[in-house]
Amino acid sequence: MSSSVIQISSLTRRFGDKNAVDQLTLEVQAGEIFGFLGHNGAGKTTTVRLLNGVLEPTSGGARVLGLDPQTEGPALRAKTGVLTETPSLDERLTACDNLSIYADLYDVPQADVSDRVNSLLSEFELADRADEKVGGYSKGMKQRLALARALLHKPELLFLDEPTSSLDPVAARHVHSLVENLARQEGHTVFICTHNLVEAQRLCDRVAVMENGRLMALGTPSELTRQYVKRLDVDLEVGPDQMTSAMQILEGLPGLVIAAPKRENGILTLTLSGREAIPELLAVLIQKGLQVYRLAPQEVDLEEVYFALHGGEQ
Amino acid sequence: MNKRAILAIVRKDLKVAIQNKGVVLPIIILPLILFVVFPWIMVYASSMTNVMGPSTSNIDQLLARMPTGLLNELSGYTPDQQVTVFMLVYMLAPMFLIMPLMVSSVLAADSFAGEKERKTLEALLYTPTTDRDLFTAKLLGAWSAANVTAILSFIVYAIMVNAAGWKSIQHIFFPNWMWIALVFWVTPAVAGLGLVVMVFVSARAQGFQDAYQTGGLVVLPVMLLMVGQISGVMYFSLGLVMIVGLVIWLIDAGLLWFASKSFRRSELMTKL
Repeated sequence: MSSSVIQISSLTRRFGDKNAVDQLTLEVQAGEIFGFLGHNGAGKTTTVRLLNGVLEPTSGGARVLGLDPQTEGPALRAKTGVLTETPSLDERLTACDNLSIYADLYDVPQADVSDRVNSLLSEFELADRADEKVGGYSKGMKQRLALARALLHKPELLFLDEPTSSLDPVAARHVHSLVENLARQEGHTVFICTHNLVEAQRLCDRVAVMENGRLMALGTPSELTRQYVKRLDVDLEVGPDQMTSAMQILEGLPGLVIAAPKRENGILTLTLSGREAIPELLAVLIQKGLQVYRLAPQEVDLEEVYFALHGGEQ
Repeated sequence: MNKRAILAIVRKDLKVAIQNKGVVLPIIILPLILFVVFPWIMVYASSMTNVMGPSTSNIDQLLARMPTGLLNELSGYTPDQQVTVFMLVYMLAPMFLIMPLMVSSVLAADSFAGEKERKTLEALLYTPTTDRDLFTAKLLGAWSAANVTAILSFIVYAIMVNAAGWKSIQHIFFPNWMWIALVFWVTPAVAGLGLVVMVFVSARAQGFQDAYQTGGLVVLPVMLLMVGQISGVMYFSLGLVMIVGLVIWLIDAGLLWFASKSFRRSELMTKL
């Protein structure tokens, strides 16, 4: 991850009186899986369109793979692959036709077209139904075929717009493995638009959180949790006969414990004011003579960051 | 120009179009009626009027109203033959133009408005094609299919006309130079007209049917030519056909220029 493949500077796109993308500035590094998170209408798809030169910005600009999307669109699009939000497949054609036509459009060498199409159909487990019209495919199959089409020309940079939104868990996991493989083994850069926070947490090296076209936060998932989640749940285990006294002690620490402890299966779950409260809490508990067997912070995930940024819409 | 990409889009559009009954049925049924059934009905009708004697005066009156130029062209034939030649060679000539017009507009409606309706345009816009390649490919598919269909229809019509008129004329009398000009000069221009009009209509249409119905109005000028011919205001001479062709080519060029200016990826993307 040494060089930027996407550099966006004050990018703005206005539709009527609404800014779909508003003063967006960020960079994406080569080889990283970059998550672009936000509600529907946050500006994710518009950003992908702007970065591929299929939509003109109102102001600002970007360079993608060293090219200007507005003036060098065709050259840029030859190096990017895009999985659109809807599969955008010709349902009256077979899977094979869908891929071979796009192989011509992406200028895949003529001699390689057949091998490339067949290997992608096999990889995405569609080879058995390659000669059937796509209209008869399930949603998951269509999504897999659309992804295969996006990879036909071995793009340097792959844009995936909600890649697993219509997939069952098995197919979604297959896509996740594929994305990880593309980035980790083959060195592709992947830009994923999603509102699936579990997916982002699992796959992405860094994420940007968007709201109403504006960038709300940018960083690795752990950076964001540290920065934006101002509370921490911890599990506390004390001696079996000390639970009641532990509860009493904790209720007397309002500065550290910000919500009433919950007791379940011999474990107390506390909500602390933050990570920094842990040493102080531990010191107090030991000082009060409690036997602390375990004090374990619960994993904070992107979901909490997301809701913290969106004003607790949980 | 990226020829490979253009041909790929043409191939795609035509493959997709022939799967649509709404596209294929009119392309099969219209020429079947116009160029296979019609000639026989015309010849049968004229033979019946001959048998019925006095009623031929209606046809005589019709011929009497025709411009002198047409009467001169028919002067080498007997009165019975004149009726056959007038009906098969001249009366149906304007109707022939409906064929390229209809085929190009129905294919263009499927290619432009239909693509929008099927939500397949977005993926196409993300390809490395230029706006010009995309526009050229979209036009070329419908235009070439319209011309090929028109030429095939012309060949079928030539066979049918000579077969139907053989009993009366006894030699091959079709096509004449006017028809050659009509097929190879006016037909491509008319196909272009249907196409470009449909590009404008499709930009505002919700889908294939909407575009096709609205774009169908482009047939009106051809209907006017037919009425003009039947009423004797004008007739399809070689000179008139050349002029009509030239005028339509000029209209095509103007409309094409405007259409190419408005065919921009960014605009198409905002309307998805």
